[in-house]
Amino acid sequence: MHKKTIAQLAAGLRSGEFSSIELTRACLERIRRLDSKLNAFITVSEEQALAAAQAADSIRATGRGGALTGIPIAHKDIFCTRGVKTSCGSRMLDNFIAPYDAYVVERLKAAGAVMVGKTNMDEFAMGSSNETSFFGPVHNPWAGTAVPGGSSGGSAAAVAARLVPAATGTDTGGSIRQPAALCGISGLKPTYGRVSRYGMIAFASSLDQGGPMARTVEDLAWLIEAMAGFDPRDSTCVERPVPRYAAGIDAPLTGLTVGLPKEYFGAGLSPAVGDLIQAAVGVVQRLGAQIKEISLPNSQLAVPVYYVIAPAEASSNLSRYDGVRYGYRCSEPRDLDDLYERTRGEGFGAEVKRRIMVGTYVLSAGYYDAYYLKAQQVRRMIRDDFIRAFEEVDVIMGPTAPTAAFDLGEKTSDPVQMYLSDIYTIAVNLAGLPALSIPAGFAEGRPVGLQLIGDFFAEERLLNVGHRYQQETDWHARIPRGYE
Amino acid sequence: MSLGPSQVREIAHLARLAVDGNDIPAYAENLSRILDFVEQLGSVATEGTAPLAHPLEMSQRLRADAVGEEDQRELFQSIAPATQDGLYLVPKVIE
Repeated sequence: MHKKTIAQLAAGLRSGEFSSIELTRACLERIRRLDSKLNAFITVSEEQALAAAQAADSIRATGRGGALTGIPIAHKDIFCTRGVKTSCGSRMLDNFIAPYDAYVVERLKAAGAVMVGKTNMDEFAMGSSNETSFFGPVHNPWAGTAVPGGSSGGSAAAVAARLVPAATGTDTGGSIRQPAALCGISGLKPTYGRVSRYGMIAFASSLDQGGPMARTVEDLAWLIEAMAGFDPRDSTCVERPVPRYAAGIDAPLTGLTVGLPKEYFGAGLSPAVGDLIQAAVGVVQRLGAQIKEISLPNSQLAVPVYYVIAPAEASSNLSRYDGVRYGYRCSEPRDLDDLYERTRGEGFGAEVKRRIMVGTYVLSAGYYDAYYLKAQQVRRMIRDDFIRAFEEVDVIMGPTAPTAAFDLGEKTSDPVQMYLSDIYTIAVNLAGLPALSIPAGFAEGRPVGLQLIGDFFAEERLLNVGHRYQQETDWHARIPRGYE
Repeated sequence: MSLGPSQVREIAHLARLAVDGNDIPAYAENLSRILDFVEQLGSVATEGTAPLAHPLEMSQRLRADAVGEEDQRELFQSIAPATQDGLYLVPKVIE
């Protein structure tokens, strides 16, 4: 059962080949047996999972239910789940039992999906390797010594190792796409505002966006259809009808124009990754697409812009962790300042503290214009590069990450080197665009991801191209050794 | 941009973060490295470019000024570190 996609599992559930209880038990059993090698889960919610599976089976028994009814999924531990620990990968929230469900959790529950647990992640989603988690690093199923990427590293590893058919993730600078690429799965970062951020623990609010991670693009289509939609509780959520994403994925690619940004194929890209991406472009070309070289001239500024804007927003968002209302509290505070300072000093890890300090600095009196305002101006230039590009092309293609998965510990000593692993993903968040990462082959046994970037709200188009590509290739169907 | 130990202490205080004295040099080095890296923005010509705060340039949506949430004080306070009579407890602020 664990090798089946959501679409195949839904068929099995519908025909009565197996029940959701059986399927959920099988998932829980695989997690129990295999997760000690991966550390992909922070919490396994067996009791709730079995109750939800039971409920899904009752719904199916009456002939009702949709594509996701009875399908096991995992949530990144950044999404609040009522009655279940929601740690955000941090000591700060190690004791936090969320009092309500995030919108995404609510929606997937309503669609009948069965939550089996919460996945490991970089602390407060700040990281590209899952090494900043308070709960320890996640190991890449393709190579135990390699990182799974981050910040949604637990979700990516769990899906790649076939512990669950799908998981949720969030993407602030590449946190869905980069781990999807490094673990050989498919992941979609929707347009900013497409999916409500309600109950999704905030990191950088003008960039954060939740999305699905699964093995195939078709499965992503089913998931995003359930997750998207208007929610008045997120003031940046866009009021716009949700398309039936899965309905359009088979459309032919004739007449499609694909842009290849020359900046995404220059220095810094591993030659092995570059070759695989060119081969993937060739597949799409054979399917009828026209290929065109384009330029995104301000690309190289995306990472520095991000490392002003994201820490600035984070320093403000994370000021809520004060040891008063919920979460960690230091022992025996002398006074209120001591309570704040020691709670935060002890509750946050080193990378989170670094980013809060960078954010505090760039927003402080005398520096605001030079850093924050400047970064927002360059942010516009980066977004406008994309707007111009989409006047000429329908979809932009390139690598998701400059290399395949690197080794654990390889980049932990130099934060800037770590930040550069998101060089091709970050601009998309700054511009608010949707983007997809799908498997495109292997470099020395480690997966490589192809990134497809679309115009605002062009998720349907991305899913269409990604699905057609997956009809022609089998990279997404490969299973890491030891997890067959 | 190079930050010294005293600046790191000042920033940590502004951010209400207790940082171990032994860790200050490492923070100084890493923060300086990050600021050096973002410094390249300084050389970009941005005159006349308006700052972008929201990628879709939407403005804040307003709603009717009506009560929409129910009172869940007990549920929310059940996860608080210290409460009494429905209030959150903090160290004494006024003697």
